[in-house]
Amino acid sequence: MTWLADNWHTVLTLAWRSLYLAGIPLVIGFVLSIPLGWVANRWSLAYPAIITTTGLLYTIPSLALFVIMPALLGTKILDPVNVVAAMTIYTVALLVRTVADGLGAVPDDIAQAATAMGYKGVRRLFGVELPLAAPVIAAGLRVAAVSNVSIVSVATLIGVSQLGDLLVDGYNRVIWGELLTGIIACILLALAFDAVIVLGTRLVTPWLRVQGARP
Amino acid sequence: MIRFDAVTKQFPGGTVAVDELTLTAPTGKITVLVGPSGCGKTTSLRMVNRMIEPTRGTITLDGQDTGRMNQADLRRGMGYVIQHAGLFPHRTVLDNIGTVPRLLGWDKKKTRETSRELLERVGLAPELGERYPAQLSGGQQQRVGVARALAADPPVMLMDEPFSAVDPVVREQLQDEFLRLQGELGKTIIFVTHDIDEAIKLGDQVAVLRVGGRLAQVAEPAYLLAHPADDFVADFVGRDRGYRALGFQEAPRLSLHFEPTVVLGERPEPTDAAWLLVVDDDRHPLGWVEPRRIGDRPVAEAALHRGGTVAREHGSLRAALDAALSAPSRRGVVVDDGGVLCGTVLAHEVLNAIETTERPQRDESDPVHGGAAAVRGEEDAP
Repeated sequence: MTWLADNWHTVLTLAWRSLYLAGIPLVIGFVLSIPLGWVANRWSLAYPAIITTTGLLYTIPSLALFVIMPALLGTKILDPVNVVAAMTIYTVALLVRTVADGLGAVPDDIAQAATAMGYKGVRRLFGVELPLAAPVIAAGLRVAAVSNVSIVSVATLIGVSQLGDLLVDGYNRVIWGELLTGIIACILLALAFDAVIVLGTRLVTPWLRVQGARP
Repeated sequence: MIRFDAVTKQFPGGTVAVDELTLTAPTGKITVLVGPSGCGKTTSLRMVNRMIEPTRGTITLDGQDTGRMNQADLRRGMGYVIQHAGLFPHRTVLDNIGTVPRLLGWDKKKTRETSRELLERVGLAPELGERYPAQLSGGQQQRVGVARALAADPPVMLMDEPFSAVDPVVREQLQDEFLRLQGELGKTIIFVTHDIDEAIKLGDQVAVLRVGGRLAQVAEPAYLLAHPADDFVADFVGRDRGYRALGFQEAPRLSLHFEPTVVLGERPEPTDAAWLLVVDDDRHPLGWVEPRRIGDRPVAEAALHRGGTVAREHGSLRAALDAALSAPSRRGVVVDDGGVLCGTVLAHEVLNAIETTERPQRDESDPVHGGAAAVRGEEDAP
């Protein structure tokens, strides 16, 4: 506890960096997975191609991806953009499948009614499919958020500092207070992301919590 | 007017769902497609708004080939109602009703007003407008489904078993209100059902389809019951078709008997009759009592026998016969349009009347389309 009392300012700074290094990719990845998931759901040939490719991306070890990024993007090795880009790829990898399956899970009679009313393309996506897929997509977002917070700590190894620094430094110098603070801060950050997503989902899906709702 | 011209639908894999269907759905009338599962009735319906494209043949809407029309425009001009209503769960009832107007680009205020009007029109309370579909009963959802289909006032309505998923009592209410609405709106309706009773009740003309998507017969309901084209149709329209056909024949002026009555809560006059009709203060019939069981006590509600049905004076022969058959006294109660007692009629008198009425004439020239001639005839007139 004394360690935290002495270093709380550093911890806050690192937490803030973790927040945006995990959060910005989450937002960008979410926005990117909607068109990708839509395409995958729409054309049956595209589905296996997109899902397999994104699935493979997720299997690339994070350290390797962080290291490759400067070569791919032409950025400097210590540029946080490397981490943001790599984390975005992971987020897309996790979310595309959820978005595609969520969009595909619109109940048949509702899909039929939408077609019969002349709902097509983008209007159908935003007016009918996306709102109905919201709970499924939110579940995927929660997984992606927690996974991002966890993966981003590896960035310490390529010199992009965030909460992972506490873990590495605490471990190397055997400072238990620092190590423990790092772990707890990561968990709290993940819980905060989770809470925001749950709250946001509740706000955009008021119909799921109406009184007297029948399943 | 919607016209199917030798329309065939063959699905990949070779199944023929609809086979050379030629059929006219006249403007302002209800055309019911009825048949067992696998007869292609739903496929036929969905070909009208091109949710399914025909393999061969054309479907025309007021003479225009639907195959050449813009798909979304075509669909927005046709109201569509399906079995489980298919309401959007994430939109309130009013927003559901306003779907097509919004898609057509109406402004919010006009859409809102129209939606409110329609909500009332289909018999739902205004406060239901702000609820979500999950908060409504099945019957209420179905009403919203109808309101949504009507929202942009399309000339055509396509209805795919809209009342099948609700319980029989609610179904009957929905059917009655549907007929009342249609009486006001006069839409061109194609209605799909597997229930021949529903078909006969709702249809101006009924098209019976057989498995494999072939038209077995299309006719007005009364004609269909009187002259089924073949064994399949005869079988499908069912056993009591002779009796049911009476439902379409208005009773001729039946000579009614004077019926002694007692007002509920009063003591009956001494009588030898086994049954005595009980009425309320306004002479609306309530039921029958057995005077010998009552003695000189006043008639109590609990003593009423309510088994008898009541026929209207200018109603159908079926209702008159049923009233006579269902009354414990065997005297069928007939009332005027206000529900006030006119008198009673005996079963054999109704039967005599039945024997003097004419059945629809059989059209020998075209057994399949013969009975639809009358419906079509109105259409052909300029």
